Amino acid sequence: MKTVPMEAGLVLAGILFILGLVSVLIRRNVIFMLISVEIMLTAAGLAFIVSGARWAQPDGQAMFIFIVTMAAAEVSVGLALILQIYHQLKTLDGDAANAMKG
Amino acid sequence: MDAMFFYIAAAVAVLSTVMVITSYNMIHALIYLIISFLAVAVVFFLLGAPFIAALEVIIYAGAIVVLIIFVIMMLNLREETVAQERSWLTKEIYIIPSILSAILLIELVFILTSSGSGTLDQPAISPKEVGKSLYTVYVIGVELSGILLMSGIVGAYHLGRQKKKVVHRYLENVDL
Repeated sequence: MKTVPMEAGLVLAGILFILGLVSVLIRRNVIFMLISVEIMLTAAGLAFIVSGARWAQPDGQAMFIFIVTMAAAEVSVGLALILQIYHQLKTLDGDAANAMKG
Repeated sequence: MDAMFFYIAAAVAVLSTVMVITSYNMIHALIYLIISFLAVAVVFFLLGAPFIAALEVIIYAGAIVVLIIFVIMMLNLREETVAQERSWLTKEIYIIPSILSAILLIELVFILTSSGSGTLDQPAISPKEVGKSLYTVYVIGVELSGILLMSGIVGAYHLGRQKKKVVHRYLENVDL
């Protein structure tokens, strides 16, 4: 029985977050971008859980519950937006929604 | 807590996440995403957070992924989206974001490992303690997340509603 150092957990959270970030940067499909944001949110929650486990406090888990709530609200609104974009533009290309030339 | 299990679950999580970001088929990506969430749930369980592990399986792997699959089914996406994704996701697109993110990751790993900080072999935290913490210290956060979910429902309903087009018959053939 060896013990896991705290850095291992935080490095895992960092790797998952960076993978999600790369995925957001390289994708043009909006559904894939939403999936990547979910990966990043899970990684952020993992960092909270690791910190909570390090000091044996329940605060990290409480924060994770808030992150889950936020992720659920975000994904529902995001999917509604994706439905509207697809109905209006007939494509899932994130670059196509540039009617305001922003 | 066994270190070997932690590292195996971490490797599974990282590998399945890599498969998510490199796959062209959306459904395959979502299946790999479920594996990734399950591996992260195993990590949570090993870190002494059994309640959060259950929550991860139920909400992320259950609700959120199923919601995305329903939207993919509603949009009726077919094989041509795979070909489209294949044309969008070329090799040279990977290069610059991967290099920049890898630099940030190396910095992060260096900073984290240069300052040694304890181990994770603390006793498990029961759902009872989490609930106590939520409803005493973080009770305002609970109320605010209730408001957030409410506004999420209203926003999703408002955005997802199909507006009935009322067009005068003179305008029906005009391209608006």
